[in-house]
Amino acid sequence: MAFTIKVNGTAKNVEADGDTPLLWILRDDLGLTGTKFGCGVAQCGACTVFIDGKPLRSCSMPLSAVGNREVTTIEGNSGREAEAIHKAWVGRDVPQCGYCQSGQVMSATALLRRIPHPTDRDIDLAMAGNICRCATYVRIRAAIKDAAEMLSA
Amino acid sequence: MSQHPLQLSRRAVLQSAGALIIGVCLPVRGVFGQAREAAKLFAPNAFVRVGADNTVTVIVKQIEFGQGPFTGLATLVAEEMDADWSMVRAEHAPADEKIYNNLLMGPVQITGGSTSIANSFEQMRRAGAMARTMLVQAAANSWKVPANEITVENGVIRHAKSRREGRFGEFAAAAAILQAPDPQTLTLKDPAVFKLIGKDDGSVKRLDSVAKSDGTALFAMDIREPGMVVAVVAHPPRFGARVASVDGTQARAVPGVVDIKQVPSGVAVYARTTWPAIRARELLKITWDESAAEKRGSEQIIELYRALAQKPGVLAAEHGDPQTALAGDGVIEAEFVLPYLAQSPMEPLDGYLRWDPQGAQARYGCQLQTADQQAIAKVLGLPAERVAIETLFAGGSFGRRAQHDQQFAVELAEVAKAIGPGRPVKLVWTREDDIRGGYYRPIFVHRLRGVVRDGKIAAWSNTVVGQSFIVGTPFESFGYKDGLDSLMVEGANELPYEIPNFHCDAHIADVGVPTLWWRSVGHTHTAFVVEAFVDELLQAAGKDPVAGRLEMMGKAPREAGVLRAVAALAKWNGPGPVNGRAGGVAVVKSFNSYVAQIAEVSIGDGGVPRVHKVWCAIDCGVAVNPDVIRSQMEGGIGYGVGHALFGEITLDEGRVVQSNFDTYRSLRIHEMPEIEVTIVPSTEKPTGVGEPGVPPAAPAVANALARLPGRARPRRLPLSRSDVA
Repeated sequence: MAFTIKVNGTAKNVEADGDTPLLWILRDDLGLTGTKFGCGVAQCGACTVFIDGKPLRSCSMPLSAVGNREVTTIEGNSGREAEAIHKAWVGRDVPQCGYCQSGQVMSATALLRRIPHPTDRDIDLAMAGNICRCATYVRIRAAIKDAAEMLSA
Repeated sequence: MSQHPLQLSRRAVLQSAGALIIGVCLPVRGVFGQAREAAKLFAPNAFVRVGADNTVTVIVKQIEFGQGPFTGLATLVAEEMDADWSMVRAEHAPADEKIYNNLLMGPVQITGGSTSIANSFEQMRRAGAMARTMLVQAAANSWKVPANEITVENGVIRHAKSRREGRFGEFAAAAAILQAPDPQTLTLKDPAVFKLIGKDDGSVKRLDSVAKSDGTALFAMDIREPGMVVAVVAHPPRFGARVASVDGTQARAVPGVVDIKQVPSGVAVYARTTWPAIRARELLKITWDESAAEKRGSEQIIELYRALAQKPGVLAAEHGDPQTALAGDGVIEAEFVLPYLAQSPMEPLDGYLRWDPQGAQARYGCQLQTADQQAIAKVLGLPAERVAIETLFAGGSFGRRAQHDQQFAVELAEVAKAIGPGRPVKLVWTREDDIRGGYYRPIFVHRLRGVVRDGKIAAWSNTVVGQSFIVGTPFESFGYKDGLDSLMVEGANELPYEIPNFHCDAHIADVGVPTLWWRSVGHTHTAFVVEAFVDELLQAAGKDPVAGRLEMMGKAPREAGVLRAVAALAKWNGPGPVNGRAGGVAVVKSFNSYVAQIAEVSIGDGGVPRVHKVWCAIDCGVAVNPDVIRSQMEGGIGYGVGHALFGEITLDEGRVVQSNFDTYRSLRIHEMPEIEVTIVPSTEKPTGVGEPGVPPAAPAVANALARLPGRARPRRLPLSRSDVA
């Protein structure tokens, strides 16, 4: 079937089964490979994208359910929170293998947009859906706090 | 794509032999998106390239899957070149064991055993010194001044007397036509004047952070090439089963499916994109021949091991007279049971392969280039030198990407072979394939016996039972001899503690579940058992966990050093508990690095242990990149704590019970302890950090738990099991 979805501000035509998870449309059809496949069952968060600005696991959202909503991937992640998070991530050398980090960055960006000064508990709640097998969690937490500080400066 | 895959491979010309082999290296197709200047390249050896734009590109023979070799090996080169760190880049070396072999592991290109820095320390520095010497000579020739009057600082070559200076790029072309010096004759820097090695002011940043923070880092999963098909393979539900028959009618009808083929490891489904392949696989109707399959459950396997542990095994180590010492009264006995564990790197196994009768090109997160190259060549009927491997970043490994039988490379080649030449294939494993796919850290049972006399540990006996994953493989030479697999007993056969009567033996069990190394190999189980039992005996002897260990460490100064350092860092004042929190200690030497940890633990929700904080001290010799060392300790502790709390793969009549991260629980951010790391200063040769952070974590947590009211000493992992509390 033919679908038109809005990704990173652009309308994209895709020809695929409506059951296809958005993740695979983004990666295989649109070449937006920054969004990663980690589990396929919304357990690890590596596939996190924004749907109308809210973080969502793209591996568990069928193409047919996207509709008119705006999809934002790491490639289109922009704005002051996104820039602060990226700067803080590099500043702390957060990534090890790096594979989960697109999802971490997306979840962290969404957190800062919602709560400019997150507490440790806010961070736990917002980031607990993102697994990092390298366990870079100490630095993820620190980098989110760094980014919050940058934004308030 | 008219270009043949082999034209992408590097043509190397060997220049010298000996411990350090330097070759001429033409640019390889890099995966790390830096400037790839075409002209005026200076490539003094196979490890360094200098561009006209002043970039210094270090060709890294070890795979970067998180542990920092890109940054570490580049630091070594840059140090001796006096390069400007902001101009330093790194990329993976092609597969070529003649140039890029691991100097600690023979003529093979391999990443493992936490050896990346250890085996490269001198080699990379010599490669950098060679580049510097030639650049300086080129400048001297150009300026017509003596080379020994020239200085180099932060990427700038300078002749103070004539007030001339220039950057590396200006002399790259001239340096490229000079006679290369013998790297063995070059004088390396005195460590006292190191500028980049050991620098800890935040200026020597990781080289891969930017691309890994904005989604542009390329992994095998991300490869898309014209004409490429994506393949998934249906694997048997029990280890050792084989395909009897397959009906692919329904699967073939899924739009996007290209083909279905039987391969030795199962049934391959090929599709134009990933999702149709995954969906179609579920529609395959496969009848499995399970006549040779392993049908036992993990509890049956554990029972078998328990029985074996009562019998004498193959002797691993003995001194004193343990038999007599353990014959009397007062023997403390403990049996420890540790489960199968999956490594489960974030990126499941995956890879790309394109082949034709002239050659093959593979692109993936390859950890054992030489062995994989040979395995792919064998499947495709090609000479090994016609198989080019482009190593990519990999989303973790923890041992999984290095199989003793080249499981993944063979499957990749079989899948590509089955669909025929000229058809590029990307083979993708799903998380279920990963968690149900075997190659686990084996189940281990340890039977411990000890005697405490006059406040001291007087005798110790340990019988180790488990599977060996090197017997019958090319890796036998890594440690199997006369019925003993040293990888099973490493950490158990030699303790840092002086115990007068000591015995360690082991049984190799025969079970049809494929097993493999898992981040820190034997130490994953021996460290837990040894440190938990030492702690128990010290408690019986009325000793403090830190002071009691130190009393026995007269011949283990570096272990004692990290233990003292961590006790100071944590302001150790006994195990407690204080306000419901207890402290636990563990100290482990692994991969020639020394790590001590103290964990602060309470009982959290649902009786699951809550690890609040872990203090860590490491002695890994010269600290090349202190911040990378800290990150590896943080990650190693998280990996160790996570599996100690939750990690368990179980078999029910031979079928794996867990399938994804919902059932194979991973540590999450709210469960991650706070961590504080101290690096003990040392001038010893640098040793590894990728694995050594893991082993002390589980026993430190268990030893803390043992001190909480109402908790028994943990004898079984994971600690969240209801029968552990």
